[in-house]
Amino acid sequence: MTPRIAADEARDILPASTPQERLRNFCIIAHIDHGKSTLADRMLQITGVVDERAMRAQYLDRMDIERERGITVKSQAVRMPWQVDGTNYALNMIDTPGHVDFTYEVSRSLAACEGAILLVDAAQGIEAQTLANLYLAMENDLTIIPVLNKIDLPGAEPEKYAAEIGQLVGVEPDQVLRVSGKTGVGVEDLLDHVVRTLPSPTGEPDAPCRAMIFDSVYDTYRGVVTYIRVIDGYLKSRDRIDMMSTGAHHELLEIGVSSPEPHKTPGIGPGEVGYLITGVKDVRQSKVGDTITTSIRGATEALEGYADPKPMVYSGLFPIDGSDYPVLRDALDKLKLNDAALNYEPETSTALGFGFRVGFLGLLHLEIIRERLEREFNLDLISTAPSVVYQVVMEDGTEIEVLNPSDFPEGKVREISEPMTKATILVPSEFIGSVMELCQSKRGNLGGMDYLSEDRVELRYTLPLAEIVFDFFDQLKSKTRGYASLDYDISGSQVADLVKVDMLLQSEPVDAFSAIVHREKAYSYGVEMAGKLKKLIPRQQFEVPIQAAIGARIIARENIRAMRKDVLSKCYGGDISRKRKLLEKQKEGKKRMKNIGSVEVPQEAFIAALSSDDGDMPKDSKKK
Amino acid sequence: MSDRHRERDLSVYVHVPFCAVRCGYCDFNTYTATELGGGGSQAEYPSHAMAEMDLTLADDRAAGYDYDRVGTVFFGGGTPTLLPADELVAMLAHLRGLIPLAEGAEVSTEANPDSVTEESLQQLADGGITRVSFGMQSAVRSVLRTLGRTHDPERVPQAVAWAREAGLDVSLDLIYGTPGETLADVETSVKAALACGVDHMSAYSLIIEGNTAMARQLRRGELEAPDPDDMADKYELVDDLASADGLTWYEVSNWARTPAQRSRHNLAYWRGSDWWGIGPGAHRHRDGLRSWNVKHPSRYATTLAEGALPVADSEQVSSQDRLVERIMLELRIIDGLAVDEVPEQTRPMLEVHRERGHLDADALAAGRAVLTREGRLLADAVIRDLVP
Repeated sequence: MTPRIAADEARDILPASTPQERLRNFCIIAHIDHGKSTLADRMLQITGVVDERAMRAQYLDRMDIERERGITVKSQAVRMPWQVDGTNYALNMIDTPGHVDFTYEVSRSLAACEGAILLVDAAQGIEAQTLANLYLAMENDLTIIPVLNKIDLPGAEPEKYAAEIGQLVGVEPDQVLRVSGKTGVGVEDLLDHVVRTLPSPTGEPDAPCRAMIFDSVYDTYRGVVTYIRVIDGYLKSRDRIDMMSTGAHHELLEIGVSSPEPHKTPGIGPGEVGYLITGVKDVRQSKVGDTITTSIRGATEALEGYADPKPMVYSGLFPIDGSDYPVLRDALDKLKLNDAALNYEPETSTALGFGFRVGFLGLLHLEIIRERLEREFNLDLISTAPSVVYQVVMEDGTEIEVLNPSDFPEGKVREISEPMTKATILVPSEFIGSVMELCQSKRGNLGGMDYLSEDRVELRYTLPLAEIVFDFFDQLKSKTRGYASLDYDISGSQVADLVKVDMLLQSEPVDAFSAIVHREKAYSYGVEMAGKLKKLIPRQQFEVPIQAAIGARIIARENIRAMRKDVLSKCYGGDISRKRKLLEKQKEGKKRMKNIGSVEVPQEAFIAALSSDDGDMPKDSKKK
Repeated sequence: MSDRHRERDLSVYVHVPFCAVRCGYCDFNTYTATELGGGGSQAEYPSHAMAEMDLTLADDRAAGYDYDRVGTVFFGGGTPTLLPADELVAMLAHLRGLIPLAEGAEVSTEANPDSVTEESLQQLADGGITRVSFGMQSAVRSVLRTLGRTHDPERVPQAVAWAREAGLDVSLDLIYGTPGETLADVETSVKAALACGVDHMSAYSLIIEGNTAMARQLRRGELEAPDPDDMADKYELVDDLASADGLTWYEVSNWARTPAQRSRHNLAYWRGSDWWGIGPGAHRHRDGLRSWNVKHPSRYATTLAEGALPVADSEQVSSQDRLVERIMLELRIIDGLAVDEVPEQTRPMLEVHRERGHLDADALAAGRAVLTREGRLLADAVIRDLVP
């Protein structure tokens, strides 16, 4: 395919001097594996910004983890030239994070665009998270271009899904474009369509500069690279800039656009998208959603929509080998440079030793961080069951925020509130009954139900976040044979009858196993956990009672009988070396045990006991 | 350096690596073929063993170790009594020609009840063997069958009687915990052993090693895996019955009527003496240097034919390892371990184990860590707590 214009011939669409009517800013809303990256690659190729040889498959997803899991966490922007009816245009494609935990980041990416391509796999139909992002885009008044992808697949049902998304977006099924990112079919038409149907930006060129940060990435060599969308005015390479949320001043070291490699430019004009580098080393100094203005003749009013990312899910991370604690600390410090939402504090657990209490945006965020710690920093970690943030009001009116079940206050509690979510579940209609049953058992309240098509239903529930982070998604998947997809958004809180259940080994509480649960579920939690521990903890030289307790009241108990035999019966001349080596090996193994009182618990037992809810997030809620 | 050793007795272990049949639980270095290539056959074995004795003596002398006498000899296997009695006697005679036997030396051989006769036992006794240890294993036919043992249980009292008539001390070996064996079976076996009037008995819990026929049966689900609680019950039953008959434990798996009837050869292992290991795969120990022979009789034979010791490998036991071994071995015997042998860092565990009933309170008060019966069953756990 030959590009319509060579990237360097487009003199009339140079950065900082392209009129707004020649600009189009868009993003792609898609579920993972619906082919967003492949389509983006094809666009880069067709517009000529990346030649075939330099084409790395899925150019935009840079991190290995993202590529492996097929998800995009960090968005970037690419400027592409495109010609329609003899006029040159500059298109900015903004890559959005595709995940439920990153709703805020998604909303900022959307705010940087005038339009969105809604990309749906023609063999699978729309998924809950895509729907959620679509609603978000519509709330932001974005123009939506509905597109079916993978029309070349044998299993594609373009008619069926065109009707489904046409109904969602409010267009006729025949207005839904059809492309194949893989073969390139329909992609040129799509680009033409972007130019023809998306509005151009309408910022004030003469107003003081206001640019919104929609992404911020730490780079080892260059420090933080900040991606911005200029709304009003101009940002020039010699400007000093201010971050409006903090009032911090920064020198601009570099400003430019990516296409997709960074190119320095003299500035960025209204409606344009680009990057800047100031030399800061921590993404916290360049926060997503913040407004940048010039230090001299700067704007006085920031753009709307800025929020500080707030952790919703907490988990304790502990190195299996206690001597790895400093490695874990350094690793978290490094990851934090690139993740403004990550926060942590040292935590000491009697059971697990030294570690960190880490706050995450959600379960996926947790999983990504954990995996990066293990992979990039070679750490073996135990993570405690994820817990949410509870607001506890004591009898005397004192309010306590509880991030960790082991910090649950001892005294008289007046009330406890827990965070709630608004959840959207898309499911084939045959599973409505089982999904409702599940939501009921998870203390959910049905808010509404709509048929997307004849056989697909959207169910809306309010559900406690704690239930979602427990094992909701796994159960939802198993009850719907993998067909259900889930999206949720934090929404308010409710007072609930919650209690803390402690697990005791030989009357010693094991902090890592404490949990805050609804009173009605305390008993079953206790019984299940006690049974699990009985299976996982090897017999000791003495009897070990396992108890589950609410305060001083025992609600469940099990007993690990004392081990009676631990001796090799033969030890003669030829056995001595072997036996000594075996003993040393056993002794080594013993060092890897954690001591709860005098009970030796193998690490594996903690891992297994804590992995009941291994927190699989809606990352693969696709049809099988 | 050698002074200390001159006045100590040497023990000699002779490994006879042949059996008529291999038992299903056996992972010892043993062969059922009588003809092995390269001079490794059963018939040529005694001459190789004697050649190894010569080379070992020379090796000791070259290193400055010159033993005055041999305190104990043990023919083990395999089945030593598969060899004609005169060959065992000849090997013993060869050894005495190199280093004299101490007065009252203990010379044992292992034997299968069906590989001996009245005559062969008499011949052994006449040739200087003083003690025979029969692999009885069980008195219950079904248990013997599971173990793959071919002897008739009624053969045991007969063999014991012949041995005693020949003037030999007799020990019986039992195995408990065979899949399918009941407590009543164990009782039958122990009582049958004691009824033979022996003064020494060993009883081992069956250990199914990974590379045995039995392990394969277990993996195929043809046998039920041993249950540690059941093993403990059986051990206690063995100990009860032996005690009632007047035998006292002196090592975790060994009982004797009087201290004089304990196996001095085995005590030599447990007390860290020096010993030769003659025969394929045999282990030797000299003043902290452990070495072991190549396992296959053919390779063993060809190496010796070249005039070299058939050593596969060796290790120098460090002082730290030595401490571990002392704790590991001495704690298993009735004299126990002197409290001041226990490293300071783990010494507090002695009290813990006394409280848990694993160590005898009186002995501990007198400065020795001695296992109680409960403690014997948990010996490895106690040992792990005491090694640094």
